[in-house]
Amino acid sequence: MKNLTLRIDDKDIPANEGMTILEAAKNAKIEIPTLCHNDELEPYGACRICSVEIERKGRTQLVASCCYPVEEGLKVKTRSHKIDKIRKTIIELAAVSAGIDVTGRMRELASEYNADLSRFRSNVKTEPTKCILCGLCVRRCIEATWDTAIGFIGRGVTRKIATFPEKVSVCTNCNHCYSVCPTGRISSIGADPKFPEVDDILAGRE
Amino acid sequence: MQKVRRLSSLRDLEEFRQGIKKNKDPRQRIVAVSVSTCCVALGALKVVETFKTELEKQGLKGKVQLKNTGCSGFCEQSPAVTIYPEEIYYFKVKPEDVPEIVTKTIKEKTIIEKLLYKDLATGKRSRKLQDIPSYKHQLRLLTKNSGKIDPRSIEDYISADGYSALEKTLFEMKPDQVVEEIKKANLRGRGGGGFPTWIKWETTRNAKDEPKYVIVNCDEGDPGAFMDRSLVEDNPHSVLEGLIIGAYAIGAHQGYVYIREEYPIAAENISVAIKQAEDFGLLGDNIMGSGFNFRVKVHRGAGAFVSGESSALMTAIEGKIGEPRPKYVHTAVKGLWGKPSCLNNVKTWATIPLIVLKGAEWFKSVGTEGSSGTAIFSLVGKVNSTGLVEVPMGTTLGDLIFNIGGGIKGGKRFKAVQTGGPSGGFIPEKYLDLPVDFDELSKVGSMMGSGGMVVMDEDTCMVDAARYFVDFLHDESCGKCIPCREGLQVLSNTIKDICEGKGKDEDMLGIQDIVTTMEEASLCALGKTAANPVLTSLKYFKDEWDDHIRNKRCTAKACRALIKYYIDPQKCQACMLCLKECPVTAIEGGKDQVHSIEQEKCTKCGACYEACKFDAIRKLSAEPVPPPPPKGMKPIRKRKNK
Repeated sequence: MKNLTLRIDDKDIPANEGMTILEAAKNAKIEIPTLCHNDELEPYGACRICSVEIERKGRTQLVASCCYPVEEGLKVKTRSHKIDKIRKTIIELAAVSAGIDVTGRMRELASEYNADLSRFRSNVKTEPTKCILCGLCVRRCIEATWDTAIGFIGRGVTRKIATFPEKVSVCTNCNHCYSVCPTGRISSIGADPKFPEVDDILAGRE
Repeated sequence: MQKVRRLSSLRDLEEFRQGIKKNKDPRQRIVAVSVSTCCVALGALKVVETFKTELEKQGLKGKVQLKNTGCSGFCEQSPAVTIYPEEIYYFKVKPEDVPEIVTKTIKEKTIIEKLLYKDLATGKRSRKLQDIPSYKHQLRLLTKNSGKIDPRSIEDYISADGYSALEKTLFEMKPDQVVEEIKKANLRGRGGGGFPTWIKWETTRNAKDEPKYVIVNCDEGDPGAFMDRSLVEDNPHSVLEGLIIGAYAIGAHQGYVYIREEYPIAAENISVAIKQAEDFGLLGDNIMGSGFNFRVKVHRGAGAFVSGESSALMTAIEGKIGEPRPKYVHTAVKGLWGKPSCLNNVKTWATIPLIVLKGAEWFKSVGTEGSSGTAIFSLVGKVNSTGLVEVPMGTTLGDLIFNIGGGIKGGKRFKAVQTGGPSGGFIPEKYLDLPVDFDELSKVGSMMGSGGMVVMDEDTCMVDAARYFVDFLHDESCGKCIPCREGLQVLSNTIKDICEGKGKDEDMLGIQDIVTTMEEASLCALGKTAANPVLTSLKYFKDEWDDHIRNKRCTAKACRALIKYYIDPQKCQACMLCLKECPVTAIEGGKDQVHSIEQEKCTKCGACYEACKFDAIRKLSAEPVPPPPPKGMKPIRKRKNK
């Protein structure tokens, strides 16, 4: 694999071809916040919180660092007034459906970026879902079971995580979906729960 | 039926073409009826049936040929019937007109004036298509044969010199020469982005992985846009020919045509075209003996706007949910099933045969410096003549709207034109002289898009128009990334509030933050461009937003929550029309008694406003409604002068 060097926040950072900006930054102990990312899983690029600014051919643009492959000499900025403001707005937007009672990583990032979780509201009165649809549980489930008991249904704002009834037997109560959830949506499911309880937790009927 | 002869060499095709041409009698009487989607919706199939029985009844069976064709672009005037060889065009033909056409025009060779095209401005009738004023301003290259050939007849296409470009490609050009020609022609993607087609082609061609795929994007979903549908419906072989040439240039042996579910006729016609091309040996193994193999499959979309985005479209072909993925590695390198895939719009593919046949220099001579060739628009909204138009790039907006579209309906004033679909922007009056091409449109905050053009008049509220497009995208967002999914939800809610007079000054700050976040951080182009209608509405029509928020007034008097209807007692003639139309009996008065509206009951549906013939009903916004006239007031009759 080819070695190359890119510049992140004005520092030369070594990386290997095929890495993403996020991986290169992580190796160099530069922190970029993430919500839908997990090192063990394929990059997904849905939460956009890891957006960074890159400069290419004299033009700057925002890209999701979890997906963008490193290039020789690539200039990357991980923090700026603009980036911070966009991250703040993303967290505020995520709270529209998820609600203000989120915990976990999302709560930490909200404080770090001064996000007002009640800034935007939806006119459609719905129960806060505590879910930002990062898809980590779904992707982790696929990884753990080589199949999946849960998946997305619907589109746009009606998109949600659901259990597939015909896939009930796939669930082995491995608890991985719980451990990857960044908002505290999926509570611990205990030592030996029956499957419908998992379904209830995931479908928001705790 | 004549047995199909498989064309196994270059000479075969030429002989076949000459054979068709020779057997054609130039004096043959043909009745051609347009049967595109819009024509069918307006009863074209019934017209065809009536012609069939009428020709038989009048003893002309076998003497007059009845033919189905595509659409000539005058959608409002459908169904259209053309009588050959004189090329007489009749519009808005109804089944009851058919006997007269057969007797008078076909038998007695006289013209039925009332069925000819009538120009709204001058009242002049036109006999031939090329005499119609709005047709004269067009340059029809891609749509040249639409409305003339039968889309389900490969013979028709071949006799109109179809597949000659493929001939030239396979027997006279090397693959890289084809790419070079497209590069020299400076063809830019007709799907909207205007990305140079040759770069896409070359990237896929040079990608190391095999196999490679070529794909036609016919997932046209913009409100009011139907250019791609028309091309595939009316001339499917032209798209197919372009695709085969592209496959040869790129080195692909499998192609896909992605068609949205809502286009049944287009899907049917392209499927028929593929079958015919296979039978003729123009698709399959060893095409015309050239040694080149290529096959095409049709994939019907399941009805999601976002599937028009390249990565989502490819995921959908793979049988998964049509959702975009980050494209930092382009689909040209890693697309369908992870393989190099070249996706182009219908119009781009259909342009290829023209460039190959007539050359890059010719193509560049049409259009502007940066954007060669023609552009096809579906001109809709508040113009007199809606329909499909094709013009050279660089034609001004004013020309399109006033010369081709015949101006604004009802003599109203032009306000804005929306180009590029829901991801485009509103362009105000001051830019009517703007030459339409890829670069000029993006300079003013809009874009070419795939060619939808919605014209708006003074009665359109620009805040409400922005809300309409935001709502459309809100329904169509796949929901994968946060900025687009939640951003559109909040935008939709906020703008709805503003339209209802519930807007606050600080809403503008929220809108600004959301719009920036969506533009910069969304996953795919749908989210990145979704804010364009809002941005351009704010840029060019800020006064209207302020009026809604601060004065609770709708400038155009269109937002229902902000208007009231009022009957002017000085003008009301007590004709009872509005009274009868009102669905909630909110109008008081009677015969010979001036009418008035009970504001508490009124639902502001506007039925009375539409019904009044005396211009007595007014819309009021943010102004007090005058008290009702005294009960039993007699109308003030207009004195008849002279």
